[in-house]
Amino acid sequence: MTDQAQPPSLYAAREPIFPRRVSGRFRNLKWVILAVTLGIYYLVPWIRWDRGPSLPDQAVLLDLANRRFYFFWIEIWSHEFYFVAGLLIMAGLGLFLFTSALGRVWCGYACPQTVWTDLFILVERWVEGDRNARLRLHRQQKMDVRKIRLRVTKWVLWLLIAVATGGAWVFYFADAPTLFVELFTGQAHAVAYITVAFLTATTFVFGGFMREQICIYACPWPRIQAAMMDEDTLTVAYRDWRGEPRKHSQEAKTEPMGDCIDCMACVNVCPMGIDIRDGQQLECITCALCIDACDDVMERIGKPRGLIDYIALADETREREGHAPRAIWRHVFRPRTLLYTALWGGVGLALIVALFIRADIEMTVAPIRNPTFVTLSDGSIRNTYDIRLRNKNNEERLFRVFVKGNPALRVQLEGTPYASVTVPTDTSLLQRVYVIAPPGSDPAEAARTDLRFWVEDLSNGDRAYKDSSFSGKGEAQ
Amino acid sequence: MSKVPPKQEGDPNTTGHSWDGIEEFDNPMPRWWLWTFYATIVWGVAYTIAYPAWPLVSSATAGLLGYSTRGEVAAEINAVEEANAGINAQLASAELTEISADATLNSYAVSSGAAVFRTWCAQCHGSGAAGFVGYPNLLDDDWLWGGDIEAIHTTIAHGIRNEEDPDARYSEMPAYGEIFEPEEITQVVNYVMSLSGDAFDPALAEPGAELFADNCAACHGDNGLGNVDLGAPNLADAIWLYGGDEETLTETVTYSRYGVMPPWTQRLTEAQIRAVALYVHQLGGGE
Repeated sequence: MTDQAQPPSLYAAREPIFPRRVSGRFRNLKWVILAVTLGIYYLVPWIRWDRGPSLPDQAVLLDLANRRFYFFWIEIWSHEFYFVAGLLIMAGLGLFLFTSALGRVWCGYACPQTVWTDLFILVERWVEGDRNARLRLHRQQKMDVRKIRLRVTKWVLWLLIAVATGGAWVFYFADAPTLFVELFTGQAHAVAYITVAFLTATTFVFGGFMREQICIYACPWPRIQAAMMDEDTLTVAYRDWRGEPRKHSQEAKTEPMGDCIDCMACVNVCPMGIDIRDGQQLECITCALCIDACDDVMERIGKPRGLIDYIALADETREREGHAPRAIWRHVFRPRTLLYTALWGGVGLALIVALFIRADIEMTVAPIRNPTFVTLSDGSIRNTYDIRLRNKNNEERLFRVFVKGNPALRVQLEGTPYASVTVPTDTSLLQRVYVIAPPGSDPAEAARTDLRFWVEDLSNGDRAYKDSSFSGKGEAQ
Repeated sequence: MSKVPPKQEGDPNTTGHSWDGIEEFDNPMPRWWLWTFYATIVWGVAYTIAYPAWPLVSSATAGLLGYSTRGEVAAEINAVEEANAGINAQLASAELTEISADATLNSYAVSSGAAVFRTWCAQCHGSGAAGFVGYPNLLDDDWLWGGDIEAIHTTIAHGIRNEEDPDARYSEMPAYGEIFEPEEITQVVNYVMSLSGDAFDPALAEPGAELFADNCAACHGDNGLGNVDLGAPNLADAIWLYGGDEETLTETVTYSRYGVMPPWTQRLTEAQIRAVALYVHQLGGGE
């Protein structure tokens, strides 16, 4: 390190990383995940879904202004936000499950930071060449025409990806084809432009320049994930008992040499710029590219694959003693992961059940308690209720309101002489409802009478009810 | 699986501290973090210059942008008022009886009327409009001065028995303590109680009926049904403004009552008066 007399610097500049191209099964898997996740992200807002003339025809739409969330055939209103909360809980539990079974598999394969960085590195490699060419370009001090051309080309491509990324985001919140035109003609809302600009900037900077710095310094997940991992968790590791002493090392001159030929392939392909042979470390996102790189080398030198591999800590002792590692499924299926799976499945099942038992007619009844009752001139006792009726159907509906509980009770709706009320398409309606008990009747004299409000869709006979109560003079006397 | 090289004491890569063999690394911070830190300092200083920040003796620096929370609220109120100017003008000029048929206008009037009511009317009539003794309940179907929308509008605009507004509704009941003998008052009171079906003494009510016909029926009507043109209450219903028991009725007849309501034309705009009239009208008792 540094000289004793000179204290070490408190702040270090970022060491540029130039990951080499690699091919293999994990790289192929990552390409597939990259294509699928980016495809979902960019294309989903453009999927159309016919919901009739009065509703948006976008399959996935977060209509914040009208507080509606459309997901294909599902429509969620703001009071059903618990579905979103449930999905977030499922996402959290899913993350726990995958982390406890497979370590930082989210970081290595599916995290947007990883996916977009992968895409940006792909562009970088396509423009500037592979590791060695990029290293040469980086070390070249002179800004000649070629270097400027390559840099500008790369940045322009990055910027285009970044704009597309920021642009795709806002399409989830408004009709995509309309907003697309508006964005280009300058008619879109300022919030849309600000959001696009902000996400363009973060994508460009995080994917092009910050990369592993985000994972190491900005992201809280690497600090939390250790709590989800144990000795059965599969992580990317180096079998040092097989590889050491590696070639070029001091020990290799005296002892029989290990399988590691110190070719640095695992280091050169690493997007985090670490040496996996130093052991598990905070920076490692377990993207498994070093496994692909090492397997390739092992095959070429005629050694068995798996010098770097997905290994569980529990197997280390077994392997050092010369036993074969336990089967992967025995690591993956253990009480902890089964518990996470059960919780995840339980929440999922509850959400699906909740989705299917959602009532077609929804009503809430809020009794007005200021005052609890009103005496009318003929001595009748009147209670007032605010009833909110939600019509989630794609057509106007006529609802009849009536009560059951005591035959003396009579219903009257504010603003209409009729017992029924029309709720327009896809809206909710607040209707004040009066319940009147004639003078001297039981509900008028008693402190409290239970009653049940019913609403009936007059077109098809669908019904729903809510229980409430009627306050009479008993309380006051 | 891992082989971390043993650290030397005083190795610049560690702080030199060791707890149970666990050493604390002394890794450098990333340089960009330092620049971000400097940027936040610059931002912070600039912020205190742009916005009100530094405390002075009796105030604080105003900031270059001239921002104030009070100004922001005022701007928001102005914006809302500007946005509502059109519908308020419409509300003020529309035919009063036809507003409730216009769903948009009616819904605006009722919600803004509710706000006006809570600000100006709730002190006497209660936040739920149920009134108090001496302050009418606006939820029921009994109206002293009429319960259709025009009558309610007139009452709110001009008030009752006030001195500010010459168009205020006016009527005055004589204090019968100066006219009747005490036993005559008891007789009238018992007759009045008979009208609304309360328990009464028939022996007293009989002479009371005659006294009522001669003195009270002119305003309250032959059967005590009241007269909204004179603000004379219906004495035959179940609703009492001051109370329907013998003691309270005796007090009312002896000393009379003189309920006052202020006029609102000077304090509220026509749109606000109409809004609150529509709000009151749809509370359950409107005619």
